[in-house]
Amino acid sequence: MGPIVIVEKVSIRFGGLLALNEVSFQMEERHIQAIIGPNGAGKTTLFNCLTGFYKPTEGSIVLRRDGKSYHLTQPPMGSFRGNPAGWMGGFLRNLFTSNPIHRTALLGVSRTYQNIRLFAQMTGIENLLVAQHNSVNHKLLSGIFQTPGFLRSEKKALEKAWYWLEFMGLEDTANIEAGNLAYGLQRRLELARAMATSPRLICLDEPAAGLNRQEIEDLNRVIVNLRNEHKISVLLIEHHMGVVMNISDRVVVLDHGEVISEGTPAEVQKDPRVIKAYLGEEEEDAPPQSRREA
Amino acid sequence: MEIDFIIFNIPVIILEQGALAAGFLASLFYIRALDLRAYGEMIKDAAIVGAIAMVLFVPIVGLVLKDRSLVFQIERSLMLVGAVAVGRLHISGAVRARVGIRILWRLALVGISETFAFFFFPEPQRNLIVLVVLVVLAIVFALEALLRSGEKLDSIGSKIMGAWPAVISRAKGRQGYLMFFLVGLLVLLPFEPFINSENPFITDYHLGTLTQTLIYILLAMGLNIVVGLAGLLDLGFVAFYAVGAYGYALITLHLGEFGIGFWWALPITASLAAFAGCMLGFPVLRMHGDYLAIVTLGFGEIIRILLVNMIDFTNGPNGMSAPRPTLMGLEFTRRAKEGGVPLHEYFDIPYDATYRYVFIYLVALALALAAIFVFRRLREMPIGRAWEALREDETASKALGINHTTVKLSAFTLGAAFAGVGGVLFAANEGFISPSSFTFVESAIILSIVVLGGMGSITGVIIAAAILTLLPELFRDLQQYRMLGFGLAMVFIMIWRPGGLIKVRRRAFVRRDSARGASNPALGEAD
Ligand SMILES: Nc1ncnc2c1ncn2[C@@H]1O[C@H](COP(=O)(O)OP(=O)(O)O)[C@@H](O)[C@H]1O
Ligand SMILES: [Mg+2]
Repeated sequence: MGPIVIVEKVSIRFGGLLALNEVSFQMEERHIQAIIGPNGAGKTTLFNCLTGFYKPTEGSIVLRRDGKSYHLTQPPMGSFRGNPAGWMGGFLRNLFTSNPIHRTALLGVSRTYQNIRLFAQMTGIENLLVAQHNSVNHKLLSGIFQTPGFLRSEKKALEKAWYWLEFMGLEDTANIEAGNLAYGLQRRLELARAMATSPRLICLDEPAAGLNRQEIEDLNRVIVNLRNEHKISVLLIEHHMGVVMNISDRVVVLDHGEVISEGTPAEVQKDPRVIKAYLGEEEEDAPPQSRREA
Repeated sequence: MEIDFIIFNIPVIILEQGALAAGFLASLFYIRALDLRAYGEMIKDAAIVGAIAMVLFVPIVGLVLKDRSLVFQIERSLMLVGAVAVGRLHISGAVRARVGIRILWRLALVGISETFAFFFFPEPQRNLIVLVVLVVLAIVFALEALLRSGEKLDSIGSKIMGAWPAVISRAKGRQGYLMFFLVGLLVLLPFEPFINSENPFITDYHLGTLTQTLIYILLAMGLNIVVGLAGLLDLGFVAFYAVGAYGYALITLHLGEFGIGFWWALPITASLAAFAGCMLGFPVLRMHGDYLAIVTLGFGEIIRILLVNMIDFTNGPNGMSAPRPTLMGLEFTRRAKEGGVPLHEYFDIPYDATYRYVFIYLVALALALAAIFVFRRLREMPIGRAWEALREDETASKALGINHTTVKLSAFTLGAAFAGVGGVLFAANEGFISPSSFTFVESAIILSIVVLGGMGSITGVIIAAAILTLLPELFRDLQQYRMLGFGLAMVFIMIWRPGGLIKVRRRAFVRRDSARGASNPALGEAD
């Protein structure tokens, strides 16, 4: 099926800190791929590069979709060279479309956050409706006068929202403000919201954090279902090695901003460097804060 | 009978006769369609409402000052009470009847009122009454649209004719009734001086003040988009109000000869203000919170200072006069400008300055209602949801594919358009504008209305607008303490109800059972 994401030699530097150092890996379409590694290894930073939140200092990230390649690390349009009208057009286009976060989202990449970022004062179902902004009829006048086309589009959006709410077992809390939900429910709602955008690739940042054993089992079932039934590629970050090992097709291990191992879960678990990285962390009893200075 | 009236009367007479016949038919259906118990309830309802009306109307309308002594005139108040009770009977009956009958009944209502006018009023005034009835009916239709949001009607016929009783009878129930009667009251309110002409309860002054309240409601709805929904703290909202008012004065001054009057100026000026809003939006796209507040504050001041200094264009601090609105070309002045026709001459009634106040009041009411309606729709539309998402977490909404640039700009643009309409109304109501009407204090008042009322809320904002504009009128002697009062009110509201008077209740969505059946791996149902 071919890769959906190709990360090549991505480095990012925050001041003196090299948070990612020439990270390269590929991800197959419709795979569940886990990125694991100790605290502070750079997993979230990698996600942020992938979803346009950060711009890597070096390297490239390519998203492949329907046989076409999209460079996530380069601005979408060419240059401002040429005639002034072209410059103006370029400027306007730049103003309206060049936001990398927005652009990545439009390419079908959707994500959740390590610290939940729901629209707290909006209800669960409203959160999911917002996620469908680009697929509903958002013309001003059709909405104000509620044309049949608009009502149809809203109905479709609602059906989809209910679908994902039910999928995550949230239908009973649909009309509760997201900020008032219990932690576990917020986590699930965030995943439902990410799915409501109809993504090709979903990036989950520590989805199992703070969940109990039963909830983690439910989560694993959901993730497998996303891949098998909904044909979605799932990239997920995990801090704990054991938790999602049995559902991942491939695992990338990050430590100190570098890929130290990559392979199937079985291969990775046996890799001495991985064992060392994890044992090292346990000995220190705290995530390594000091980083290799560059 | 003069020529004018013949033209006016022939369609009316046809309508009357047709409506009367339809009304007669409808009454037959009406009676047949209901069972006895329903009748009992209807009559009980009508009796209760009639009793309440009696308590209200008898002291107000029944007591008349005549030759320096109070005279008790029971007939007039009883007539009103009767009208209210019959109206209630009609509503509760219509709630229970089918759509087709409702439409007939609606026609009958027109016929009955026309006939009423025919018998009880002398020739010239009759035309005015017919006109008023038609206007009231038009407003009723508009109101239906307001109430009907989100409802699917069963046929095109009912869509055209509307069916407010059915709407009221829906889940909203009481709220719908309350709203209908409130709006009905507001529509009928300015006609009180005509019914009660010897000792009117409502004077021109009252109407002017109420008009100003309505303008503030309109403005607050606009700012509610920007601050309440999109969460963009805008301290320079008055700039767009000024653009509206000056836009109206300038457009009618320079383009008046091309027939551009109040009604044309309204959309043109709203677009001008919207454009100004969009222009302000660009530089502040990346700003939040305090920075945004300061830049918008500066923008408001820039506009005001421009108005003061562009003397050739705006007449500087001396201000400009703004024309009064007209009704289909009829003017409300005693003597018309060259070429114009005054309303009272056209209808052959004595001149009365009150007509003008009534008219502007009704226009303001219609526009304020329209603003509320549009705001309500916006709030439930994709763009409204996107505004709120942007307020809650801008980055997260970008990551869902929402284009924050267009979403933010649309908030500024639409909010400013509301303010532009408000400005036109203000100028037309006052007849004169100057930069001193558009100071920061004005922005502060509009913002207080939104904050006190509850950001994003409609009812709260209406209540706050009423309180903040009517209370200072009641306590005119304490005018110098006005701002102090505002400040105190703000502090107390922040302590007592940090979310504003009325916190927005989120729209509740109901799941239709037929669409159930998504696999639910999280709950283990899929296995
Ligand atoms: N915006 C930033 N500015 C400075 N340092 C950052 C920034 N984002 C991440 N870092 C640093 O990069 C390192 C990797 O962090 P992160 O990717 O969050 O780790 P984790 O693997 O636990 O998700 C950390 O040391 C963190 O302090
Ligand atoms: Mg992290």
